[in-house]
Amino acid sequence: MSSIVNIVLQGVLLGALYALFAMGQSLVFGVMRLTNTAHGDFIVLLVFVLFALTNWLHVPLWAAVPLLVVIAFGAGYAVQFAVLNRVSGRDPLPSLVVTFGLSIVIQNLLQEVFSADPRSLATGGFESMSFPLPGGIALGLLPLLTLAVTIVATLALQWIFARTPLGRAFRATSDDREIVQLMGVSPRRTFALAMSIAFVLIAIAATLYGMRTAVSPSDGPALLLYAFEAVIIGGMGSFWGTFAGGLALGIAQQIGFYLDPGWGIWLGHVLFLAVLTVRPQGFFPKTA
Amino acid sequence: MNMRERGFEVRRATRASRVAVLLLLIAAVIVASLPYWAGRDTLRDFTQIAAYLVFALMWNLLAGYGGMVSIGQQAYFGIGGYAMLILANYGGLSPFIAVPIAAVIAAVIAVPVSRIAFRLEGGYFAIGTWVIGEVFRLSVANVSWLGGGSGTSLTAFQGVPRSLRESLTLWTALVIVAAAIGLLYLFLRSKRGLALTAMRDNAVAANSQGVDVERTRLLVYLVSAAGTALAGGLYFVGNLRISPDAAFSVNWTAFAIFIVMIGGLGTLEGPIIGTLIFFLLNKFLSDFGTWYLVGLGALAIVVTMFFPQGIWGYVSRRFGWQLFPVARHVVFLDRAPSSTRGEVIDTIQSAHSAPSAPHP
Repeated sequence: MSSIVNIVLQGVLLGALYALFAMGQSLVFGVMRLTNTAHGDFIVLLVFVLFALTNWLHVPLWAAVPLLVVIAFGAGYAVQFAVLNRVSGRDPLPSLVVTFGLSIVIQNLLQEVFSADPRSLATGGFESMSFPLPGGIALGLLPLLTLAVTIVATLALQWIFARTPLGRAFRATSDDREIVQLMGVSPRRTFALAMSIAFVLIAIAATLYGMRTAVSPSDGPALLLYAFEAVIIGGMGSFWGTFAGGLALGIAQQIGFYLDPGWGIWLGHVLFLAVLTVRPQGFFPKTA
Repeated sequence: MNMRERGFEVRRATRASRVAVLLLLIAAVIVASLPYWAGRDTLRDFTQIAAYLVFALMWNLLAGYGGMVSIGQQAYFGIGGYAMLILANYGGLSPFIAVPIAAVIAAVIAVPVSRIAFRLEGGYFAIGTWVIGEVFRLSVANVSWLGGGSGTSLTAFQGVPRSLRESLTLWTALVIVAAAIGLLYLFLRSKRGLALTAMRDNAVAANSQGVDVERTRLLVYLVSAAGTALAGGLYFVGNLRISPDAAFSVNWTAFAIFIVMIGGLGTLEGPIIGTLIFFLLNKFLSDFGTWYLVGLGALAIVVTMFFPQGIWGYVSRRFGWQLFPVARHVVFLDRAPSSTRGEVIDTIQSAHSAPSAPHP
């Protein structure tokens, strides 16, 4: 019995990280209808940037993380404004191909600069600390922190979209990017801001991910798939849905890993396909 | 108020297309004769080119004509390879016979897969097909009698002399390429092909004109799956060794995307040109390893942003050439034969890439 509880708990903790990966994707697709195939590679890129900050420039971790967030905000704005704005249209092909090209470029540049070895971020032992529960279950502190951060991020995104002028601009631009200019909203700047926020989320996710596992340059595509699956399982258009989708994916993978290490990721994919077959709108879709 | 009667003709072939057909026939004869005078490397190269070309043609059919962008076609490439291997190693069939059978198997598998994949649209359809590809890869990697993650070898050629095997592989490759190009061209010329172009331009409008969008989409998806499986079966007949990571790698689709975008999306000539360019780049620059891939990715980005029509698209618009003419054009007979400019203008105005409803 305790092993089932353990699987579910570990699945929730794993899923929280996937949900955090997915938040940026949910935001970008919701506002801009942009399919960013390089989403996972951006996460990996920022892990390596953080690694470079801490290991090569010897910036302490507590300073490097905020610095990374600032860099990410700027980079997101730049990428969207300079490159992706040209291809954020109704036709999915250009954005797909451009981000696919970016994915290849990022993976290979990282491999050139950092070599293909997996790296992780040194946290002085924090990554292996855990909180014991009765029944022999141990909850890692880093995964618990990830869960907390993800919940905060979801709340923040929900609040931004529902209560702030920026959120209204996002929703309006997503509805009709031509008409919104009549209201004095610049779609290009709005898209760039959306991408910046998505990059901030990516930076936070990268930090937690890099502390948790060793990351190699080719990890990006797998992360993209997890993020995407979390969004679909949870239902498009809802951040809490994405959160739930991430948790569901994490639990499915944990069950798979428990049955056989080779089938862990496979079971996650199968859950995704099952949801797509039986309930394609996801568990918690937002109507309209 | 000149109401003089004008003589005109509706033609499909252009001068460029007649030249092209002749050149292609000559090229086919040359390729068919390769086993008699060329080295083993050349034979291997052609089989590889053939696999890339057919994959690109099928991806172009799906995305450029069908409007469905998929990053998961490698699933059928792998299915083609593994089905061929199973039929040949365990079924006792000749691998050359097994390749087309594997294509049929892939088309059959594509039917239920399409039921799932078609629930998604646009960019999410693309990533969804990628997930499906991954499911196939992981499933096969966990099956130990297929060699698991490290793959297995094609043993059905034991006892066959190497030169015979290589010659037959080359001829099979040539036949597959010719069939793919030929059948695609015939299809695109037909009423169904015109419906496809209409569907790509605007599915709702096409539906209102009587085009059955659902069935056409499914048909295109199945054809693309079968064709991709042909390429996969062929590739692994030439390679003799298969593994899940090689067979189901997303890089196949990545290269197909680059080939088609650089060559010209939604044209028949584009993938052919794109494959030649890609192969040449591969031959001469792949020693640079990661930098070569960085360059390829950057090239794809630049081409998509600034030359979305690709090389052939640009050439075709600029000069009005069509090597595989799909549209008919009007030729005014009372124009002097030397004023080819008039013919070119008419061709461009009625070219198949014009965004309008199908014209008779």
